Amino acid sequence: MMRLVLIGTSHHHAPVELRERVALDRDEAEALAARLAEGGREAACLSTCNRTELYVAAVDVEQAELDAVEALASLEPEVEPALYKLHDRAAALHLFRVAAGLDSLVPGEGEILGQVRLAHELGTTGVLLDRVFRQALHAGRKVRAQTAIGTSPSSVSAAAAALAEQVFGSLEGRSILLLGAGKVSEQAARNLRSRGAEISLVANSKTERARIEEELPAVDVVIASTNAAGVVLEAATVADALRRRRGRRLLLVDLAVPRDLDPAIGELDGCYLYDIDGLEQIVSETLSGRRREADRAEAIVAVEAEKFHEWHASLDVVPAIASLRARAEEIREAELQKAESLLGRLDESQRRAVEAVTAQIVNKLLHLPTVRMKQAAVAADGVLYAETVRHLFGLDEDER
Amino acid sequence: LAELLFWPALLLYGEAAVGYFGDVRRPGGAGRAATWGVRLGWLAQTALLAVQAARDDGFPWGTWASSLSLFVWLVVSAYLIWGCRRRYRLLGLVVMPLAVALLVIARAGGGTGGGTASHYSNLFLVVHVGLVLAAFAGFTLAAALSALYIWQERRLKASPATILRRQVPALATLDSLALRTVAWSVPLLTLGVAVGLVRLVARGDRLDAVIAATAATWVVWCAYLGLRLVGGWAGRRAAYLALAGFVLVVVVRLALPATHFA
Repeated sequence: MMRLVLIGTSHHHAPVELRERVALDRDEAEALAARLAEGGREAACLSTCNRTELYVAAVDVEQAELDAVEALASLEPEVEPALYKLHDRAAALHLFRVAAGLDSLVPGEGEILGQVRLAHELGTTGVLLDRVFRQALHAGRKVRAQTAIGTSPSSVSAAAAALAEQVFGSLEGRSILLLGAGKVSEQAARNLRSRGAEISLVANSKTERARIEEELPAVDVVIASTNAAGVVLEAATVADALRRRRGRRLLLVDLAVPRDLDPAIGELDGCYLYDIDGLEQIVSETLSGRRREADRAEAIVAVEAEKFHEWHASLDVVPAIASLRARAEEIREAELQKAESLLGRLDESQRRAVEAVTAQIVNKLLHLPTVRMKQAAVAADGVLYAETVRHLFGLDEDER
Repeated sequence: LAELLFWPALLLYGEAAVGYFGDVRRPGGAGRAATWGVRLGWLAQTALLAVQAARDDGFPWGTWASSLSLFVWLVVSAYLIWGCRRRYRLLGLVVMPLAVALLVIARAGGGTGGGTASHYSNLFLVVHVGLVLAAFAGFTLAAALSALYIWQERRLKASPATILRRQVPALATLDSLALRTVAWSVPLLTLGVAVGLVRLVARGDRLDAVIAATAATWVVWCAYLGLRLVGGWAGRRAAYLALAGFVLVVVVRLALPATHFA
């Protein structure tokens, strides 16, 4: 029977200097999967910034393991001590946890689901890997649908965007004024733009003061991150702009240290001011919320892993069940053939009734043995049961 | 039968009110149970009103107490339009305790039983009471939206670390929903009052205190609309004005109907 093998390393086991040397791009992942799948095996490579993992389905587990380790060691020999090896149920559970974002640096992050999907698409997959990857994607989606693990922001920029949504609702068509252009403010602006907002002005605090004052009454969000030594936007300037806004709300995000925006702006009616400390506290709280949700997500993933285990274990007995059913069908048809002289006198509907009754007898007789064999397979007695059935019904003799 | 229907309605509304409090402490199951409490309680109260209508000969909500029961039903009906959405659960924290309290008062005044055949039976009056109550229900909902706005705005100003833990409608959404609700309710009140005045003139009756208070309510809500649509009012100021308008609604509903209905 095909077994599942996982060889890989992740942020839990290897620092970034090591991980980056075994990272695979799209083409490399596809080529490596194809190479590992030679000889009737199946393989898929999951490579992200946090992990490189090789999933192989093979009959010869030891050889598959050796080949996978060799493949990663050929990229970077030093990675070998940082590799983990998991089999069957444990490997599947790991993949399900990865897809659910439970093994990520930020619990519940959403990007990993797409990366698992890509690994599946680029892999050389068959029955086993198809099943385990599909179920992993299902588990990932289920966790995100049934828990709040992925809903809260996990970065300062995402928190700023979430706060903007709390103020404005939809951000479609909202305009942003960027004061300075630091990395974090760019990320925040990108986050807002991905929700439909538009950048109306990127301004340098020192040279474009007049333009800032001109633009301020029209924009909805101000993101500040200049290197200025003092306050760039005073409360009086904002208050003046507010008078021309006719009650429209203004969200101001100050990502600079020292702060660019006068703290008194927060006191103005219709103004919502957040500084970097406030945003970081919000992110810290939402991350702890994600960790609380992770317990519920673990339970969902465990159920999916158990389902996979049951299915995988049933593969032990599926050939025996198929042979048994084929044998029974063969006997039924042979007996009907023998009775052809008698059945020939029956009309079409009577013949169909005889066919149906005999098929029903066969099905009912085989139902319980089939169920019991599948149950035994889950309890690890599947091979024994399959052998017994083969022996009792002479299935191997037929095949010979 | 009316008795049998009153208690489930009250208990389910009560369960919803308690559930919404529970949802504030720990969002999730309590909020869902509360929403079902509102739905099932509303069904029970609908059946109660249907029984009253079927039993009585004439307009069955002709006393201040029975009209209060109808008012509760209208408020809960209006709340159900949004209240079942997760983000609007907090609105139930304002609406449902109010519904429970008013239903208990209606019961104490004998407004939830049967056998109160009314001398008010002409169509004009039915339209008058129905429209005024529907408008008041809308104002109540607008006040609840405004209260939620003020609460959420304070949170956004204070910016606690837990600000994103609870799903609450955006400020802009609350503001615009309150405006839309009032924009629907003011014409209803205008029409309802006009119908009442026609009857007043036709019968040669005099103005009473409730009519004066209702007129004041109408003025405040018209001012709300005017200031918002023309004066550029929005946000906190408008929300406080809505709450002031609601105080008049409470005065009209609770303090003065005894004189008007008498």
